[in-house]
Amino acid sequence: MTRLRPARRTAYVLLTAGAAAWLAPFAWMVLGSAKTQDEIFADPPTWWPRSPTGGNFARWLTELHFGTFFGNSLLVAVLTVLGNLLFCSMAGYALAKMDFAGKRLLLGVVLVTIMVPGVVTFVPLFVIVAKLGILNTYGALVLPFLTQPVGVFLMRQFMLDIPDSLLEAARIDGASEPRIFTRIVLPLCGPALATLGILTFLGSWNNFLWPLVAGQSESMYTLPVALSLYSTGQYATDYGTLLSGAVLIITPILALFVALQRHFVQGIATVGLK
Amino acid sequence: MSGAASLTGPAGGANAARRRRQTAIAWTFAAPFVIIFAMFMVLPIAASLGFSFTDLTAQDVRTPFNVDVVGLRQYADVLTDPRFQHAAGVTAVFVLAGIPLTVALGLALALALNSGVRRFKPVYRVAFYAPVVTSVVAVSVIWRHILARDGLLNMLLALVGVQGPDWLNSTTWALPSLVLMAVWRNAGTLMVIFLAGLQSIPPAVMEAAAMDGAGPWRRLRSVTLPLLRPAMLLGGVLISVGYLQFFEESFVMTQGGPLESTLSLTYYTFNTFGFGDFAKASAASYLMFVVIAAVSLVQFRLLRRAT
Repeated sequence: MTRLRPARRTAYVLLTAGAAAWLAPFAWMVLGSAKTQDEIFADPPTWWPRSPTGGNFARWLTELHFGTFFGNSLLVAVLTVLGNLLFCSMAGYALAKMDFAGKRLLLGVVLVTIMVPGVVTFVPLFVIVAKLGILNTYGALVLPFLTQPVGVFLMRQFMLDIPDSLLEAARIDGASEPRIFTRIVLPLCGPALATLGILTFLGSWNNFLWPLVAGQSESMYTLPVALSLYSTGQYATDYGTLLSGAVLIITPILALFVALQRHFVQGIATVGLK
Repeated sequence: MSGAASLTGPAGGANAARRRRQTAIAWTFAAPFVIIFAMFMVLPIAASLGFSFTDLTAQDVRTPFNVDVVGLRQYADVLTDPRFQHAAGVTAVFVLAGIPLTVALGLALALALNSGVRRFKPVYRVAFYAPVVTSVVAVSVIWRHILARDGLLNMLLALVGVQGPDWLNSTTWALPSLVLMAVWRNAGTLMVIFLAGLQSIPPAVMEAAAMDGAGPWRRLRSVTLPLLRPAMLLGGVLISVGYLQFFEESFVMTQGGPLESTLSLTYYTFNTFGFGDFAKASAASYLMFVVIAAVSLVQFRLLRRAT
């Protein structure tokens, strides 16, 4: 083992202490989720659960329709990801590799809308969805998010680097545009599709304001909506239930993050926050 | 040469026909996006602006022709509403306190990670980045538990003999508590951005400075920080867009309280919408949009210069 320079040793100490502090809330969540309600409010408080219980998780599975909420979150996220991968890459292809009337206008509108915060659209979105008669359905939760301008921009930027000569050669060989898109362009877009897919899944899984407004009956709650409403409603002080709910939302995304670390970090670095 | 270039060549009958064909194909490819985008993004953005000049309420949604155009009244109402002014102040404190803290912490983490640390690097990265990928609602629940009067934080403070306040029920401490959580959640994002910035500083520059006799502190102050300034500026602007819209934290942790001490602008808009005052909510959201767009434009400028 090599001797560490003092600066590096200080860095190790600081980083380790910092990492412990950073992970402490998650650890506290896991410990709390295994405690009984009495133990959570015990004085003096305990560190480790005295008699670990799965009762808090069981409550989600029995009384609280966890299956419905989890299913809603997953269905919405998967459909949103599929829609974005397909539609954003198609539009991105047109914007990157074709010359057409209205191209500059379309690109301009896409770029401008990237800046519009969600709070601006949600009132009219609510009215539109109500007019369409799909309030409180999966349509309301999924349709508005099937594409996003930032996804189109991401795919376009990536596709600009695909050599035109490759596509031209395929055209000369008589390949149709859909065939070129599915056989040549998409396979080359793996990294961009992975980034877009991960960011979209993350955004959908954690999305809150719109599902809160558009899915008003319990059968339409996604996990964050269910957790937030319980945390302000009748379960407001039932920390065992709330913490186990937090575990159930966070664990899948954290597992995905640990598995696909590099893609996550690159994705956020490419597109910025959100 | 490239296909696209040959298509923009001198206009001729064949070229014009080919371009028309390309236009048709391109719009076909863009169609699914354009339809959804127009319906659920462009139309709402325009409608929001339209609503903000009317007196639309929740009841009017069923009978849309009852709505009157009231010009700028909603904007005047929002701007003179003491609750809105209060919410703007709360948001300003959140942003102005949150950004420097997050930037400083992200910078410290990036510098530490960049100082030759090799072992456990992925562990550190996961640890500091984990909060970024989690649901704000879920972490708000956790932090509510930690910040409770008998919660973890006060338990730790008691170990060193400090009697902590009831963080979330105190008009003094509730907002700083939300800032604390935001810093915890977002420092990892800036760490990643700053790390990329640090790694793009040419080693030769550092070596030259060292050769001129600059010690580690001097190198940090005179070389690293000045070269990192654009990244720091970009990072600060980047998170400010999120901070300006903070909502879930106060929705789950404090319901905007105590005594509206954590009522954010988004919360105000959400409340106004909830009361059925759609036009006023639209006006409030457009006022937020103006601020956020201004910040975003700065971000775009910085991004373009950075790339």
